[in-house]
Amino acid sequence: MLQIECPWCGLRDETEYHYGGQAHVAYPEDPSALSDEEWAEYLFFRDNPKGPFAERWVHSGGCRKWFNAVRDTRTYEFLAVYTSNDPRPDISSLASADTAGATA
Amino acid sequence: MADLTTLQGLRRSPLHDMAAELRGGPVPGERAVRLLEWPYLTMVSLRVEPGSDTARRIEGVLGTGLPERCGDVTGEGAHSVLWLGPDEWLVVSQTAPESLVASLRSATVDGRAQVVDISANRTVIEVSGRAARAVLDKGCPADLHPRAFADNTAITTSLARVPVLLWKIDAHTFRVMPRASLAQYVAAWLLDAALEFASPLPAGQAPAAEGA
Repeated sequence: MLQIECPWCGLRDETEYHYGGQAHVAYPEDPSALSDEEWAEYLFFRDNPKGPFAERWVHSGGCRKWFNAVRDTRTYEFLAVYTSNDPRPDISSLASADTAGATA
Repeated sequence: MADLTTLQGLRRSPLHDMAAELRGGPVPGERAVRLLEWPYLTMVSLRVEPGSDTARRIEGVLGTGLPERCGDVTGEGAHSVLWLGPDEWLVVSQTAPESLVASLRSATVDGRAQVVDISANRTVIEVSGRAARAVLDKGCPADLHPRAFADNTAITTSLARVPVLLWKIDAHTFRVMPRASLAQYVAAWLLDAALEFASPLPAGQAPAAEGA
């Protein structure tokens, strides 16, 4: 069983969590000013990188809080877990650290 | 209109219909398991910014600090406070819900907080005996080993795929708190899970040592 670190509860089984898609997708400041294409872009279009990806997760079976995580989409490894109050980790440095770890 | 006393005489706990099975179900012997319902405990959901003035006034009413970390339980005597989230707690109490909610609300009048009586939300099933942990281990994904789950710790987890609060009192006593509508299912699952521990251990095999 994959275990995920909740910022508040610690390591718990993956079955206690739900996935919330890409993190840091800001709500448009003036939605009514957007064209249909821009609105569709905001609603439906998400990055799909091969490698580290900042995502939202919710600990629905525990403290029911949302948090962010950087997960490597190739290996499913969680590289960082942080709350919305924490500074955003530098994804490129996590990626290079991961590559270094893989070659070491 | 019926008064409160009449209504309280009419009320039935979530496991009322299973009382006979729970009484007859305990597994005796070296790997004993006992099941017991604690009905009608007062439970109050509490949400407030930790460390705020309002939180401090609430702590004054409860006579104990709000637990700060996952698993922590504070309070002795009448009120116990269980950590549910970084800004959410459950007060489990033996006092009447009306008076507890009223005194907590009076501490929050000029602050931002939420105090809700949810006594009817859950019931409490106490699982005790030498095999209590072994029974729970069969259906709970959390690590219940003493190194990860200390005495007087409570976590939100699941048992038999149903969300429950699990409160460890000591090595051989756990309180399982399922939602009222799922209590009969959880109790039936526990009765079934405890059944195997009625059989005597094979000759020469000692019961598992504490902490194993």
